[in-house]
Formats: sequence, structure tokens, C-alpha cells
Amino acid sequence: MLTKTLAGTTVEVNDEGFFVDADQWTEDMAPELAEEIGVPTPLTDQHWVVLKYMRSEYFEKGTGPTVRKLGKASGVTTKELFKLFPKGPAKQAALCAGIPKPRGCI
Amino acid sequence: MSDLKKLVILGAGTGGTLAANRLRKKYKRDKLQIDIVDQNNQHVYQPGLLFIPFGLTDPDDIVRKRDRQLHKGINYHQTAISSVDVDANSVSLEDGSSLQYDVLLIATGAVLQPEETEGLTGPGWMETVFTFYDMEGSTALAEKFDDFESGHLVINVIDMPIKCPVAPLEFAFLADWYFTDKGVRDDVKITYVTPLDGAFTKPTASATLSSLLEEKNIDLVTEFNTGEVDGEACKLIGYDGTEIDFDIAVVIPLHGGAEYVNNSPDLGDELGFIPTDNATLQSKVRPNIFVLGDAADLPASKAGSVTHFEGEVLVENMERFLDGREPDVEFDGHANCFIETGFSKALLIDFNYENEPVTGHYPGLIGLPLLKESRANHLGKLMFQSFYWHGLLPGRDIPGIGPNMPKSGKKQPVSS
Ligand SMILES: Cc1cc2nc3c(=O)[nH]c(=O)nc-3n(C[C@H](O)[C@H](O)[C@H](O)COP(=O)(O)OP(=O)(O)OC[C@H]3O[C@@H](n4cnc5c(N)ncnc54)[C@H](O)[C@@H]3O)c2cc1C
Repeated sequence: MLTKTLAGTTVEVNDEGFFVDADQWTEDMAPELAEEIGVPTPLTDQHWVVLKYMRSEYFEKGTGPTVRKLGKASGVTTKELFKLFPKGPAKQAALCAGIPKPRGCI
Repeated sequence: MSDLKKLVILGAGTGGTLAANRLRKKYKRDKLQIDIVDQNNQHVYQPGLLFIPFGLTDPDDIVRKRDRQLHKGINYHQTAISSVDVDANSVSLEDGSSLQYDVLLIATGAVLQPEETEGLTGPGWMETVFTFYDMEGSTALAEKFDDFESGHLVINVIDMPIKCPVAPLEFAFLADWYFTDKGVRDDVKITYVTPLDGAFTKPTASATLSSLLEEKNIDLVTEFNTGEVDGEACKLIGYDGTEIDFDIAVVIPLHGGAEYVNNSPDLGDELGFIPTDNATLQSKVRPNIFVLGDAADLPASKAGSVTHFEGEVLVENMERFLDGREPDVEFDGHANCFIETGFSKALLIDFNYENEPVTGHYPGLIGLPLLKESRANHLGKLMFQSFYWHGLLPGRDIPGIGPNMPKSGKKQPVSS
């Protein structure tokens, strides 16, 4: 297992940088994660709406939502989501929100 | 007091039909009344849609009457469903009538939602932009392919979930065969465009399928998120502004649950799929509602084979429920898909919630090769149509094949 240090704390990540244990994440790690993967910073209120939604979905369903679900349920449109997380909202938001890589669909 | 229970089944496609027939065999008519509703009387063998554009199947060969697939003693209602009232245990139908139930089975599948993507159904729809996911699209495409001899064919999956996630790849492989057979393959460029980060969702299968694409000279574009389709300028436009030009685009539109779900309070999720227990197939909405097939929000493939394996589990759990016991028979997410690769060959993949598709043989050490092209698999795929009408829908079991995924005969992947 790989580890990295964020906001002074050591956390476990997989080979793509996704958290292994969502409980190791704290809010002050998000800006650093965002910067690393090219999410525009400083993080806006809208970014935070999405990150909080990602975490609540993860804890409820066991996996992060897809872009479509995110677009329908978070109140942020798909177009806006791609402005906030240009390289793919589902993945980038999951990474910043400190949840494991979404399983996606099968 | 009568002990007649009322079961209402919504949708008489793959799942609704097989469940109705299995339950009719199990229960006397004075114990269980079965009513089933569908909006039309055309039961399409959907895997056959893949073959129509290439002239390998005629539309007439894959459609049968829905009511003819149902055993005697099942009441068939041909009308659209308007809504379900989960508190009143009642279904409203478009013809103005309603049906009361003791137990409800939802099997209304997934619908295509092309209008959800900007421009997709605008100018060029069915002229330069097609889908093969319904009868209208696949027959229009057959005509278009007839005199298409050079240009860029782009196959694009807009986003998951979709029915039969391997079908778009099969389409690309068959297109390679079709244009080779026509002698114009050098003049037809084929590109496969997906929002996923590989050819397929599961790592081992994805690697095999990527190398097949490469072997067949089909370009692969990953992580493309289609925001708009312009059928006049012939461009796919990504949310990030990247563009892909095409002469023909074959698009797999977004999928959602049936429309009535959104008109039924508390029934579905944001996409119109029904929240369902992964193992028991009982809905999370109400204990007396069960779900079968594509309509469920399960993390399994939306496929006929999955619906078939689910069927056995569902029937047992529904029986337990009707007896006042807990539904505790568990479905493991088993899926089994033939992947047509052109030139009379096919691959086979077999997997479930926990185990990704790997190599080996199915259903045991002696059997069809997994994740490997073979003629036997191609024949398996062709034979499936006959099994569908004569085995699967009437509710017959396949000797030696239970609902759960077999493990013998499989090479387990080295875990990373
Ligand atoms: C192109 C293509 C290729 C495929 N290839 C394969 C394959 O190779 N292998 C495989 O296993 N699977 C394949 N599938 C998937 C397979 O066909 C489906 O997963 C399967 O049919 C699902 O069964 P179902 O009962 O859930 O839904 P369906 O069989 O789609 O039935 C749903 C029914 O509900 C009815 N309905 C919906 N809304 C309403 C309403 N409001 N009122 C009344 N009735 C309504 C519909 O008319 C329909 O009859 C393919 C699908 C497609 C599109």
C-alpha cells in the first residue's frame, strides 16, 4: 500500500492516488489534492457542495456517484461540474473528497 | 376468507415474462392471481438488434407477440403504466383502470434517453447520427451502411449505465468485419469513443478487449465526455471543448428507468432506477415490491443473462415472502456474456459482483473458453436466441447451470 502526507498527516492511497480509507480524510487536505490533479483552486462553495455530496453518497451507498447522478442530485449541472473538475467530475471529485475510486458502472 | 394473493408484474419483457411463467407453474390459480402489464405487444429479442445493421438478421426474425410468450392463467393488460402508489398498493394505468396488489414485481427495464444529450436528436438524427439500441435505429443504420464505402465511423457511449455494456464493442468488431467483407475496410476509419478509462469496466477483460481493438485497427479514445452531438457539422463535442469529427456516428444514448417511475413518489432514484437489495432483489422502497432486470439499481450488468440468473432467486424469495418468511436467498451478481468479435468468432466472459471476468473455461474445466476468441463461442451466441424463446422465457432451467457464478475452470488473476 502506498502512503502520502497531506496537511501534515500520513494517509493510505492506491496507485492512482485515491484514498483507501475515507475516514483518513480531513477538509484541510482537499485544496492540496485539488492542486495536484489540476482542479482550479482556490476551491469555491460549489466545489464544496460537490465534495460533501460525494462523501455522503459514499458513506450511504459504498461508492461515489457517476457524473450523471452527481448532475441530477447535487444541484450543480453537468456542464458546471466539468468547469469545476475539468478532467472528469466523478473521478476528480472523488479524489479530492478522499473517497475510494468510484466503481463506476458495469 | 379467501387466501388468494394478487401479484402484479410491470413489464412483459425478459424479466416480467420469465417470472410470470415460473410463478404460474409454482402456484395454483386459486392461490395466486397474476396480472402483467406492457405498453405494446411486440417482444423484441434485443441482442438481435446488434446484427441488423450488418444484414445478419432481419427485423422480423427477432420480434414475437408478447402475450404468446405467457403461459395460460396470466392476465395480460396492454396499456402503459402511469404511476404506482406504494402506500395504497395500487398501479394506475393509462387506459384509466387501476390494479391493486399484495405483491408487486417491477420489470420495466431501462429506456433510452437520447433527448438528454444536447443536439443528439436534432438535425442529422437518423441521417448521420444513429443508434442501434432500438429497432428504428438499427434498421435505419442497415440502410445507411448499404452504400457507405468510405469515411469515419465513430461509435460513442455517452455514459454508463447502459444495457449490455459489451454491445457497443461488439458493434465495432462487427463493423470491422463488415467493411472488410465489403472490400472497403482501408477506406473506412473506425473509432471507439468511451467515457471510461479503458475499453471496458473490468481490468482483465478491458486489457484483452483493448488489444483486440488494436489488432483490428480500431482507434480507441478513452475518457471522452460527450456534451453535445452536432449531426449537421458532424462533430461530437466534449464537455472540455474537444471535438471528434465523423461521417457516421453510432451513439449509445443515456439510459434511465421507465418514465412512470418519476411520476411515482418514493419509487425510484435520480435516474429512475429502483433501489434494490443486491442479494435478495427485494426493493428498498417497500417489502412487498420486488425488482427484476434492468429496472433495478444493482451494481451488475444490465443484461438478459443477469435477468435470467436473477429470475430463479427472485421466484424463491417471492415465495418466501408470500409465506410470511424473510426473503433470504442470495443473488451473487452473476453475468455471462458472449462478445461477438466478427469473422464468426466470439469471446465469452463470466463474472459477478465480487469476481471480475478472467480466463479459463465455462461452466467448468471442460467447457467454452473464457476471454478468448473461438468459433464455439460464436455458435453459443447464435444458439442463445432459440434458448431465449424456448428455454429462458418459458422459465426452464439449464441443466447443470445454477444462478450463481461457477469458479471451477477459472484462472484467478494475480492480485496486485
Ligand atoms: C442492442 C442490445 C444488445 C443486447 N445484447 C445482449 C446480449 O448479448 N446478452 C444479454 O444478456 N443481454 C443483452 N442485452 C440486454 C437485454 O436485452 C436486457 O438486459 C434485458 O432484456 C432486460 O430485461 P428486462 O425485463 O429488465 O427489460 P425489457 O426486456 O427491456 O422489458 C421491459 C418492458 O417494460 C415495458 N415498459 C416499460 N415502461 C413501461 C410503461 N410505462 N408501461 C408499460 N410497459 C412498460 C417495455 O415495453 C418492455 O417490454 C442487449 C440489449 C440491447 C439494447
